[in-house]
Amino acid sequence: MTKDRSFSAVMARKPEIMKSSVGIDYDLFESGRISFDYERMMKETGYSLQEIEEIQKETTVGNTPLYELRNITRLARRYSAPGKGARIFLKDEASNPSGSFKARRAATAVYHAQKLGYKGVIAATSGNYGAAVASQAAMRGLKCIIVQECYDSKGVGQPEIIEKARACEAYGAEVVQLSVGPELFYSFLLLLEDTGFFNASLYTPFGIAGVETLGYELSMEFREKEGRDPDAVMVTNAGGGNLTGTARGLVKAGALDTKVIGASVSLAGLHMASDTQFNKKSFTTGHTGFGIPFATWPDRSDVPRSAARPLRYMDRYVTVNQGSVFYMTELLAQVEGLERGPAGNTALAAAFVVAQEMDEDQIIVVQETEYTGAGKHINPQLTFAKENGIKILKGDPSQEIPGENIILPENPGMLCIEELDIEKTKKSYIRNCIKNTGVESVNREDLDFLVADTKSNEDFVREALEELGVKVETEEI
Amino acid sequence: MKKVEKGGRAMDAIKGDWVRIHKIVLNVGERAPNIPEDTQSVPLEMWDKGFLLNNEAKIGDDVEIETYIGRRVSGKLLEVNPFWDHDYGKAVPELLYIGRQARELLEEGEIND
Repeated sequence: MTKDRSFSAVMARKPEIMKSSVGIDYDLFESGRISFDYERMMKETGYSLQEIEEIQKETTVGNTPLYELRNITRLARRYSAPGKGARIFLKDEASNPSGSFKARRAATAVYHAQKLGYKGVIAATSGNYGAAVASQAAMRGLKCIIVQECYDSKGVGQPEIIEKARACEAYGAEVVQLSVGPELFYSFLLLLEDTGFFNASLYTPFGIAGVETLGYELSMEFREKEGRDPDAVMVTNAGGGNLTGTARGLVKAGALDTKVIGASVSLAGLHMASDTQFNKKSFTTGHTGFGIPFATWPDRSDVPRSAARPLRYMDRYVTVNQGSVFYMTELLAQVEGLERGPAGNTALAAAFVVAQEMDEDQIIVVQETEYTGAGKHINPQLTFAKENGIKILKGDPSQEIPGENIILPENPGMLCIEELDIEKTKKSYIRNCIKNTGVESVNREDLDFLVADTKSNEDFVREALEELGVKVETEEI
Repeated sequence: MKKVEKGGRAMDAIKGDWVRIHKIVLNVGERAPNIPEDTQSVPLEMWDKGFLLNNEAKIGDDVEIETYIGRRVSGKLLEVNPFWDHDYGKAVPELLYIGRQARELLEEGEIND
């Protein structure tokens, strides 16, 4: 009997398709309410840090070089108060096979798929993760399909995404390209059902556990090099996995005082599912269009419970404009001799500003870079922007209007960040928990879960719930 | 592009050729609710590549392909021997000040020195 392939019928089969394609029974960790047992899920379905190190060693993932950006630090100090201007370091994740930190996530997902006997893997991604999965699948002899949102209705594609499609094909993957729209998920589900392949989702426990080695490595390297942990780690934030995994690795290393700061490119005002606005943006990842929705509702991802929960670990969240990231990409090549892809430098642009607030004997680490190439480079991305009517200006980057212009800072002192109100973001998350589960009151378990999931305290969560008119059930003694 | 004369029809591709196909996944009206109007008013389209399974075909014909990993997919023939043409873009003179200015600033040293 052939199954109904209509949009609504396929979406209705989501739970069963997910269960057979990720091999995890998420019900085991569910409470049926807001809370679920996150740590138990991570422990029982993931791998220990030592196991992950072994898995990643098999395909030579990780142990990437660490650079001290001496010239960029000197430039930052030019604009710092006396005694200020932290040392800026960069973890060169572009040195991974496939050219980004995503190899860490893909290594564990593809290993797991192979272990469970799947013949192939599928990932829905327009980013570096596609090439990472394709590369790991090639190493382990599995088939691979990457599903991308790539073109607008005129058939015009983002050069950055087109390059990633090319890379996936280079590793022997089939690339299914789609036009703009969230129904990509429908095509993705059909492919999983038709092929019986493994869903190499970015948001499974093993995908996130794969990034823990990055945080752990950082701590170990700094203890060896500098005799202490870094003071702050700046993480480019999109779906939240990079931040979650890195922070968990730092915790596992015992680097409990290291501040974890998220940074996203601000695309305020542009709608991510809009056909006409699709090519008005000059970044296809690392931006607020992913960063904020995934922070305030992580379970929107392609698995029932996302292992990427950035608010659980984030100390601070800042945004930078597109022009500052392009500027920083050029600066990194010009004064540090490192030519890397723009999206990976989002955190670097933010670190340049945050370093100026910190003491000069402190250390801030930017924990990733990504490869660069045709399409995925400042020149083609800015050329594409111009072709789409975006003005490239030099001036005050805080005046940039996404979709209208890109403002390169007039000089390094003009780089700026915008602080996102993290308390407000946490409250939005709590509001979404209430809205999406439809509960009218929360119990003790939910309350504890919300405290942990927002890295806050009971008073904060109680206040947020009160504002929403949601009662906390009194405990029976 | 290959031209195969067969039965008076000029063909664009024959069996085994590496081709790109195009397909409408969801028509206007079948799309998900809650997406912006501009996206609602266009279909969800798909592109894929593979080896042509039909004996012969012209651009625009309904065809079937075997993808690189061995899946069978159908759609309209779009391109024969598709290739990537993304590049390093055009000159972006707006970027040229960055390196020169930074090097000058580094030579001057820190203001606080």
